[in-house]
Amino acid sequence: MDLEETLLPGVGVRYELRTRSGQQLGIVVQREGGAEIAVYDQRDPDSARGMFRLDPEEADAVAEVLGAPRLTQRFADLSREVPGLESARFPIRPGSPFDGRPMGDTRARTLTGCSIVAIVRDADVVPSPRPGDLLHGGDVLVAIGSDAGLQQLDRHLSGQD
Amino acid sequence: MDQVAKLLLELGLLFLGLALLGLVARRLGLSPVPFVLLAAVALGDGGLGAVRTAEPFLAAAAQIGVVLLLLTLGLEFSATELFASFHRHSSSGLVDLVLNAPPGFVAGLLLGLPWQGALALAGITWISSSGIVARLLGDLGRLANRETPAVLAVLVLEDLAMALFLPLLVVALAGKGPGSALAGVGLAVGAVLLVLLAAQRHGHRLGRLLSHRDDEQVLLRLVGLTLLVAGLAQLVGASAGVGAFLVGLALPASFADRARAILAPLRDLFAATFFVAFGLAIDPHAILPALPAALALAAVTTATKVGTGWYAARREGVGVPGRLRAGTALIARGEFSIVIAGLAVAAGIPDIGPVATGYVLVLAVAGPVLTRFVAPLTARFLPAPAPG
Repeated sequence: MDLEETLLPGVGVRYELRTRSGQQLGIVVQREGGAEIAVYDQRDPDSARGMFRLDPEEADAVAEVLGAPRLTQRFADLSREVPGLESARFPIRPGSPFDGRPMGDTRARTLTGCSIVAIVRDADVVPSPRPGDLLHGGDVLVAIGSDAGLQQLDRHLSGQD
Repeated sequence: MDQVAKLLLELGLLFLGLALLGLVARRLGLSPVPFVLLAAVALGDGGLGAVRTAEPFLAAAAQIGVVLLLLTLGLEFSATELFASFHRHSSSGLVDLVLNAPPGFVAGLLLGLPWQGALALAGITWISSSGIVARLLGDLGRLANRETPAVLAVLVLEDLAMALFLPLLVVALAGKGPGSALAGVGLAVGAVLLVLLAAQRHGHRLGRLLSHRDDEQVLLRLVGLTLLVAGLAQLVGASAGVGAFLVGLALPASFADRARAILAPLRDLFAATFFVAFGLAIDPHAILPALPAALALAAVTTATKVGTGWYAARREGVGVPGRLRAGTALIARGEFSIVIAGLAVAAGIPDIGPVATGYVLVLAVAGPVLTRFVAPLTARFLPAPAPG
């Protein structure tokens, strides 16, 4: 599978996916939360044809259908398979020291050994977030790690140490 | 008649008229800017003179309009997007400058403008209207197209370049020597870089300072801060708009989304008054004589913008139809060409007003129309459909 991500300044991000069956799918995720899903023209592969325009609510609904259950399913499987591995959710409150800062600034893995595997933002889920992804007040971080590590991470994220 | 009553009646009719023009423009799939300009020119001195009482108010509101236009321009792109565009597309930005600014400069000299006026005209022909182009790409369903990142990157780089060009122009228009012009540019480059770096590291602090649960608080704090910085920038001889642009750049992306939503109605109102005030100051009888020059310049810079888009899209590995789509999408000039013309007119080069107006009128309409019709025309460049 080949997923390509391109920044669209002032608009959002475009994802292009060439499926194993050979189809080309384009998804533009707009800054305001809406999305466009496009299929590329056979003759002019640069041009999007057959566009779905989703408003933020509809995009959320599609994301939920495709994404959220699989994500939770994966965590459940993971915790079952690896004894001692726990997952936990940590809210980032508005005004928290990490509000507005990149995720990498939490240094979660260095300090606590825990991995942040997803950011849940309203109804959106950012799976496998990168260090550069910005955290906002109201986000919920999903992390996996040892029980002790998760408790340490909780204290760290709430600014208690 | 009571002065207050007169003022309110004039403004009320003006805004209702703008609403009607906007409606017509959007029905035609065009930007309202050229329609507003044309109507304002018709209302101005030589025309009906219908908004005489409101003129002082419009003049002040126009200044705020420029500040808000540039603030929202700064808010439009995050520092990350600027860096990424610069990194990947700087040669497209350079081609854009080299192809599109010189025709304006040469035309300015040929029209007998002083070199400062020619410089302003270079800026007018250089910068595409990011407002018109971005909206056009969305309307035409081209956001997912492969040429679109290149088109957007050119817009980002132009907008960034404006932060450097505007102070240069302001210093040049002030009529000081080349030494102070150079110092002005140095100052502008330094300020822009400083703000970008600071925004990367400390932008969240500024965001937190301005954030509040209450939209009213956010609006007042943001507008207050912006006007303050704009005023200071104006005071030190840069332009107020540049100060506002830097404020917009410095704000973190997380806050910018909300700021844009809160500011949009205020920006629309004041920006409209700016276009009206600009149009009112133009003598309608000067437009017609300036039209041949404006048309010729429009024809040349249509070709050069197509060249720019062609180059930028080709670098992305896009085929011929996509390159033509990218080139024609960039043709539209609009709000920022008028901002530049406004600076030059205010500095005592009124001759640039009619040319710039005619030029923007032509290209703000022709750009969207051309790019709409280029797509079906390029079909013959495509390979034959696969059999079966």
